Amino acid sequence: MFKKILIANRGEIALRVIRTCREMGIKTVAVYSTADRESLHVRFADEAVCIGPPKSIDSYLNIPNILAAAEITNADAIHPGYGFLSENAKFSEICREYGIKFIGPPPEAINAMGDKATAKETMKKAGVPVVPGSDGLLQSLDEAKKVAGEIGYPVIVKATAGGGGRGMRVIWKEEDLEANIDSAKRESGAAFGNDGMYMEKFIEEPRHIEIQIVGDQYGKACHLSERDCSIQRRHQKLIEESPSPFMTDELRERMGEAAVRGAMAVNYEGAGTIEFLVDKNRNFYFMEMNTRIQVEHPVTEEVIDYDLIKEQIKVAAGIPISGKNYIPKMHAIECRINAEDVFNDFRPSPGIITTLHVPGGHGVRIDTHIYSGYTIPPYYDSLIAKVIATAQTREEAIATMERALSEFVVEGIKTTIPFHIKMLKDENFRAGNFNTQYLNNWSMED
Amino acid sequence: MDLKEIQDLIRFVSKSGVTEVEIEKEGFKIVIKAEKPTAEYHAIMQQQPMMMQAQPAQIAAPAAPAPAAEPVAADGGIGIKSPMIGTFYRSGGPDKDAFVKVGDRVAKGQVVCIIEAMKLFNEIESEVSGTITKVMVENASPVEYDQPLFLVDPS
Repeated sequence: MFKKILIANRGEIALRVIRTCREMGIKTVAVYSTADRESLHVRFADEAVCIGPPKSIDSYLNIPNILAAAEITNADAIHPGYGFLSENAKFSEICREYGIKFIGPPPEAINAMGDKATAKETMKKAGVPVVPGSDGLLQSLDEAKKVAGEIGYPVIVKATAGGGGRGMRVIWKEEDLEANIDSAKRESGAAFGNDGMYMEKFIEEPRHIEIQIVGDQYGKACHLSERDCSIQRRHQKLIEESPSPFMTDELRERMGEAAVRGAMAVNYEGAGTIEFLVDKNRNFYFMEMNTRIQVEHPVTEEVIDYDLIKEQIKVAAGIPISGKNYIPKMHAIECRINAEDVFNDFRPSPGIITTLHVPGGHGVRIDTHIYSGYTIPPYYDSLIAKVIATAQTREEAIATMERALSEFVVEGIKTTIPFHIKMLKDENFRAGNFNTQYLNNWSMED
Repeated sequence: MDLKEIQDLIRFVSKSGVTEVEIEKEGFKIVIKAEKPTAEYHAIMQQQPMMMQAQPAQIAAPAAPAPAAEPVAADGGIGIKSPMIGTFYRSGGPDKDAFVKVGDRVAKGQVVCIIEAMKLFNEIESEVSGTITKVMVENASPVEYDQPLFLVDPS
């Protein structure tokens, strides 16, 4: 087992990893930018190394600095968290070359799934249902027209290097094809430095249901059932839950089995998530694979009673998995609390937290790095806390979440707590009638 | 000096490895001492009533183990800060002289030390001209980004 793990991340996930390491008796090294000197992950770790100025590119994304920090602290493994370098195949490869264990998949698996067009091909070959679409990247407008004609409008064009909802356009008729493709290419080129586009059938009113998988170093993989992440605003998840209110035992078995096949097709090692779109007829289609631990992993942890971070570390240390699949025993909902002003278009609201009181009680879990007096730096994402409510039924989990949010006091900055309070009262949400488009026609002012 | 500045100073002292720091200015004096490497730091403050809002108090800060170093009085010069992470070396080799020592004059751009990371040796240049008043880090110890390496009196 590792003696010392360096966590190449910040905020709540860095704290999450440090906590599990502590329980396992593994020493921890935190890395931080100068803007994060007062951050909790720096305080909680056994050692901390400043790795650069505030901007991510100079610190949390700075591979030489992070490796140097691992070297001077003699860390024998690096946990990349989520975001930052967690899905950077080059970083996984460099760690391997330097003899430091990257807690995650090997570069080959990251590459196989990182490029959206390649991932789709790989999944298709593994017999995982994929959304009908173009064969790889679109080479010309004529090809785009042809493919769209074959699969039928509406279609969506997506950036192959894209993420976070950018570089995508939905197109309803042929007349709009050229302009939308050009616009998406411009956005993608600017955001990701790569304007390659592919096309897919646009699944109307789909649900986003993802399957958590774990693979070990010996070719085994298993699944830990689903999370429904359909409540999204501009392709950013806001609420996640397990089990999905739309799931059936039969669908779970089919999706789980497909997810495991997909993971084994790339010799996946570690924790990963396969995201599917599910249409109203319960047809499911592979969307993408996230080759890292996800923000919403606590939802699965609570319903399966499993420490996913511990599992990641054990797999990385060469311990085999049992291969058993897990089905949710409880119902859990997670609300992502961001430092944003929901009454002003969710504008970011960094600043000093003057008063903080976190909720507690039965069935309430808070994953957060904030504390009273903490200054939220403006350089990083706006996630400040995750509230996870767990109960025996969905209705009770909603009631627990409502109770918990009513106790949550954060003063000095704006948060998205009011959004969650309103959404939890929404009759469609309560009935489980929603899809990824639901928030498009929903407003705080209704 | 306000409470935050004092806390920063205590943290700075504990990281630098000195055993005693004394600062005196404008009718205010602060002494920070480490009795042994694993001892607590006690800050003793004597101040004029109008300087601070808080009552004078003895502040004990939990200390990280500090390697023994020669006690030097801080004179508040300009710090040459580390631009990278690695192991700090005062000279180009075990049998070579240190690039600079206390009392030497340095010019901007002059090599003052080497920081080694991943088998690569990087020469670190001073960003300021002046006289070296203090070497903040022991030879062959690890340094992080922004860590003060030398204090320079620019006059």
